[in-house]
Amino acid sequence: MSGPVVDNAVPSGNSSVAIPTDISGQILDLDEDDDLEVFSKDTTLTEGSSFNASMQTSPASMINQYKFEEEEEDADTKDIFVTVDNPESLVTAIETYVTYRVMTKTTRSEFDASEFEVRRRYQDFLWLKGRLEEAHPTLIVHPLPEKFVMKGMVERFNEDFIETRRKALHRFLNKIAEHPIFSSTEDFKIFLTAGELTSHKKQGPGFLSRMGETVKAVAATVRGVRNRPEEFTDMQEYVEAFSQKISSLDKVTQRIVREQKEYLEELKECGPMYALWSQSEEELAEPLTSMASSLDSCCKETEERVKQINDHLIPALHEYVLCTETLKAVLRRRDNIQADFEAKTEALATKKADRDTMRDELDKMEDRLEWANNALKSDWTRWRKVMRTDLRSAFIDTAERNVNYYEKCLAVWESFLHSQRTDAEGNAKDDCS
Amino acid sequence: MADSGSEDIAVIGNTDLTPSESENNLKNTMVEKGTSLLKRMEISVAEAEKRTGKNAVNMQETYTVYLIETRPVDAASEGTNPVPDSLWRRYSEFELLRNYLLVTYPFVVVPPLPEKRAEFVWHKLSADNMDPDFVERRRVGLENFLLRVASHPVLSSDKIFYSFLTEENGWKETVFETGFQAKADSRLKALNATFRVKNPDKRFAEMKHYGDELQSVISQLLRVRARAADRLYGVYKVHGNYGRVFSEWSAIEKEMGDGLQSAGHHMDAYAASVDDILEEEEHYADQLKEYLFYADALRAVCRKHELTQYELEMAAQDLTSKKQQREELATGTVRTFSLKGMTSKLFGQETPEQREAKLKMLETQIEEGEELVKERNEECDEFVKSAWVDIERFKEQKDHDLREALISYAIMQISMCKKGIQVWNNAKECFSKM
Repeated sequence: MSGPVVDNAVPSGNSSVAIPTDISGQILDLDEDDDLEVFSKDTTLTEGSSFNASMQTSPASMINQYKFEEEEEDADTKDIFVTVDNPESLVTAIETYVTYRVMTKTTRSEFDASEFEVRRRYQDFLWLKGRLEEAHPTLIVHPLPEKFVMKGMVERFNEDFIETRRKALHRFLNKIAEHPIFSSTEDFKIFLTAGELTSHKKQGPGFLSRMGETVKAVAATVRGVRNRPEEFTDMQEYVEAFSQKISSLDKVTQRIVREQKEYLEELKECGPMYALWSQSEEELAEPLTSMASSLDSCCKETEERVKQINDHLIPALHEYVLCTETLKAVLRRRDNIQADFEAKTEALATKKADRDTMRDELDKMEDRLEWANNALKSDWTRWRKVMRTDLRSAFIDTAERNVNYYEKCLAVWESFLHSQRTDAEGNAKDDCS
Repeated sequence: MADSGSEDIAVIGNTDLTPSESENNLKNTMVEKGTSLLKRMEISVAEAEKRTGKNAVNMQETYTVYLIETRPVDAASEGTNPVPDSLWRRYSEFELLRNYLLVTYPFVVVPPLPEKRAEFVWHKLSADNMDPDFVERRRVGLENFLLRVASHPVLSSDKIFYSFLTEENGWKETVFETGFQAKADSRLKALNATFRVKNPDKRFAEMKHYGDELQSVISQLLRVRARAADRLYGVYKVHGNYGRVFSEWSAIEKEMGDGLQSAGHHMDAYAASVDDILEEEEHYADQLKEYLFYADALRAVCRKHELTQYELEMAAQDLTSKKQQREELATGTVRTFSLKGMTSKLFGQETPEQREAKLKMLETQIEEGEELVKERNEECDEFVKSAWVDIERFKEQKDHDLREALISYAIMQISMCKKGIQVWNNAKECFSKM
């Protein structure tokens, strides 16, 4: 049984709580767009708990319905706003750690209120990510900022580190909120609203099942997949290549920042030199002082330019470097599901007894595989779109900032030139005799 | 007031000069029309060539020669445009000319030559004397030197200078025949000697101090600038990597491919643009360097003043002591200690004849001494007068030139910013198509 492409609009009277009624009108319009793949969503999915193992074995009931969110749609239809801010160090008897404030504003009816405020620590985000990956092994979860800082011994409580992490956590939650499936999971809701997470963390499959997952993954890699559909091989090749490119871009950008910083160090010494010189001069004192202050202004602009690349482009690229690891993992998990299915198929061929039970199981596994494949395919397309948007806007942003930098410096020098030329004209007039 | 008289100062020959550089050259040489050679003659250092030959110790060497072209001013305006006269000179001949001028006109702040060896270079620029960029910049510097000398109210009428420009062979011998070498040696000794002057002209003392400060600050500035240039080079060049990676990335993307590819080209253009930028900046550095070396020439003039003042003071001192001796001899009182006095006290007075002879000698010496003091006084006054005139001329020139240099630096920066804006706007457009 395949996950059908259901070409229908959600009737406005639908009790499907995941889709706010205020955009139901627009759903009709978008259905006409060829780019969209629309899956119908089973309402049972949205009620009750998030995914558990049983869900995965009854894909027939799990026909997801969600739309592709076009970029324009977000602005109009965004019904949930999440922010991560206000980091604070918390000291307990056992440990010290940082918590962040997570604020939610939403009009979604499945939420009990329209505003929530909770405090979460990095571990909590890890938990959420784990839950989502567990429930949807072949969907792509946006990466979290890294656990430890790779370069150098940076304390976990260093201000810059915390700020960088906070921004990344903010982006992570927003990406989850924008994801058609993840944003309507119970786990996400719990994360945003529950007073404390500890009790929730104990429920459901968690650590152990993930362990099992890892073991299976290792085993599967050894076993290998026999008939991987070409599109997934293509995906893997793309991911390999993309991973290299994004890594290079990350490195190049870091190098640029380094060079800029060193340039700035030298430039900082130029202005004072001219100022020193002006002290020995009479006629030249004014232009030299002017020169010194122009150079100082350019220094400030250069500093700003460096900071902006650091604060915007570098994190954006870095996240996509981390994404490639996620993508590789997702492809691996899909392969495992297929490998499991292939192994079971083989087993069926050789076994004589328990044929019927086995065949049932096999059907379920086949469905599971089909579902996993389809989920991955559509999320892959979605991911490509989002990646394109994200990186495009990151580069546009960088280009704009660079233009801005040069425009500011241009103004500095034009004003210097203007002052010198009007001075010169003034002097010339005085000299005329 | 000297106007630029640009029509009269056509810089011929080298069409490689950019309009801004020509303009700069013109602005850098203050032409005084009534008095300078430049009014009658167009001068340029048109080319540079490598030569090999045997040197003084009969060893093979490679050196560069520069083509000096001259043409009467009228020729161009007649529209006939005849072939200019030309001759080849090497750097050492320029040095010889300058040394001659230094010695012969000690009261002039003599224009400096471009540096012998490349200093204050940032790492991409070669410090090799044979490097074509260095040779080219030196060619410009040598031309600048000639133009400055040719427009100087005093130096431009020097015969040796004229024959440097017009007589290829035998010029060296002519220079040595002037006997300036002898003066050169004593001048060198004097400049390096330490002596204390009792009454230096305050203005010269201040000028000397200024020369020291100018030299110090410009050296530091050049050093800092070179380091900053080095770093700027790095920033631009690393962006070239974007070009490469975008290009590779575009190969695996469908919709993003074109945008990435074209953005990559702009990144390459950005990276490449730094070469021109830094070349122009080098020209600015050369303008600063000229005044770095000028500071030296200024100090030399001040030193010379000290020397003449010192010699005057020595002569005056000598005269005073001689007069005192005469007085003592005449009155018989010994006021100053002298060995003669001691011995005569010990061994008896001299005879009246001896005394008479001594007195006579002293009288002559005093006469000569007074002449000498008068001479030296006149020399000193002359020197102070003419040196101060040239120093004032130099100050005006320096203020004008350096201000122009700062302006040209600003123009360069503006051009660099405009290029940057253009490239990044183009890149932004390409990114939007991603």
